[in-house]
Amino acid sequence: MNTDEILKNIKDKFNSDVVDVFKKTETRATITIKPESLLKIAEYVYKDLELRFIIATANHTKKGFEILYHFSKDNIGLIANLHVILPVEKPEIESLSNMFSATNWIEREMNELYGIVFLNHPDPGKLISEGNWAEGVYPYRREFK
Amino acid sequence: MVKKTLIPIGPYHPLQEEPELFKLYCEGEIVKDIKWETGYNHRGIEKLSEKKTYDQSFFLVERICGICSTSHPFAFANAIEEIGNIEITNRAKYIRSIIGELERIHSHLLWVGLAGHFLGYNTVFMWAWKYREPVLDLFEMISGNRNSYAMFKVGGVRRDIENNKISQITPVLDLVKKKTDMLVGAVMDDPVLHARTKGVGVLTKQDIIDYAAVGPTARASGIDVDIRRDDPYAAYPLVNWKVITAEKGDVFAKAEVRLLEMYESISIIEQCLEGLKKEKEGDINVKVKDIPAGWGTGRAEAPRGEVFHYVLSDGSNSPARHKIRAPSYTNIATFKKSCIGQTISDATISLAAVDPCYCCTERMAVAYDSKTGDKILNGNELIALSAKKTQNIKNQF
Repeated sequence: MNTDEILKNIKDKFNSDVVDVFKKTETRATITIKPESLLKIAEYVYKDLELRFIIATANHTKKGFEILYHFSKDNIGLIANLHVILPVEKPEIESLSNMFSATNWIEREMNELYGIVFLNHPDPGKLISEGNWAEGVYPYRREFK
Repeated sequence: MVKKTLIPIGPYHPLQEEPELFKLYCEGEIVKDIKWETGYNHRGIEKLSEKKTYDQSFFLVERICGICSTSHPFAFANAIEEIGNIEITNRAKYIRSIIGELERIHSHLLWVGLAGHFLGYNTVFMWAWKYREPVLDLFEMISGNRNSYAMFKVGGVRRDIENNKISQITPVLDLVKKKTDMLVGAVMDDPVLHARTKGVGVLTKQDIIDYAAVGPTARASGIDVDIRRDDPYAAYPLVNWKVITAEKGDVFAKAEVRLLEMYESISIIEQCLEGLKKEKEGDINVKVKDIPAGWGTGRAEAPRGEVFHYVLSDGSNSPARHKIRAPSYTNIATFKKSCIGQTISDATISLAAVDPCYCCTERMAVAYDSKTGDKILNGNELIALSAKKTQNIKNQF
């Protein structure tokens, strides 16, 4: 399966949940999706298309909290990013850690650094900040004028 | 009800050379549960990178890991060059791969030595570290440093490997090859090491997929993944080599993969040195004017597995966001699968089998309140907090 087929499959199957598909090169692509559809699309990407989860990147921008879930299709060198934008007022999204363990730590880390809430996380304890800094301090959040 | 005993390894423990805390909950000799605490090592590198120029950030990311210090600049360079659509010269590609593979050799030798040490086989430890030294000497000759080589930059490398140095490199490679033969013999044919490592700390294919483990940890469980081949970069597409895999997923398989990979690394370096002779000396840079707005994802196969850098550029000379994922971040988490059900003595080598690197895994600290800009903690307060935390941990045991 090549990059075009992977992107087409996702788009066809989840047409109403996909906001945008951007193919940067043959081996790099970003699919922006609605946050509420993350669980089912990630399940399809992980189980049916057999992409490997690499890591997730959170970023605080003027649009809100953006998360990129980076997946890899190793036999074609593809990095496919599932991109969601969460509102600043209510940064909540379903946890993927019940599906596979690889997101367990990074979701906890994003929670500590940005205050993003991962719903139904199986192991929601602190990963890096236990006893290290105050409650409610999110050091990677930004100030916008 | 059977009483569970808590065996702490860390926060500072001679078994592991870096600060971390593993809590082993044991019934008799058997590990029934395991918990991990971290946060001793955070340095805020992702955030710091946003305050530095791209050129400065190379020196920063080089300091993420003290062992495989070139793997992060490698992935960072790949990410930036992807944003700028920059194609580097063949000579720079060869030099990058030579540095990457020399590093793999010395890192694997370091692990083999430590593994021997954990198993109480200190002869292997002393041999492996002794023959790691000539590799570090090579680095000193090439870059001026035994580690943190400062070789990488956007658009190429900082120093050339002049053709007249090649004749000094090849004898060292021959020596390392000979000594690797010796180590392979010492490890692969030793019945005591077989007894201590075979069937110990097994990770199945499904475990690897579940935890998204990478590098030799994944390859030892039959997952054929290697970024050098899968997402080609530097000179790897220009030379012949093969990906080493094993099937069993135990500690022995991980040792086997690492030892055999050293031969591939030597072969890659030899081919790259031949390649260098065909390229013009000094042709190690392309001129890079600026980095446009956009994003890039760079990967490199470090000795421990895939290093991943995501760089978001806003068109300025600093990253707007820089995400770093070291291989240990996914590999360490597999201890839940590899250690539970093992004896305490087997759990220690199972923990070490993924070649964990804690300074890679943790890179964050906070000293200022992001809202007010006020200083939250000064140096003395941080020390006091650290002492308090240690006391709390002591009180638990």
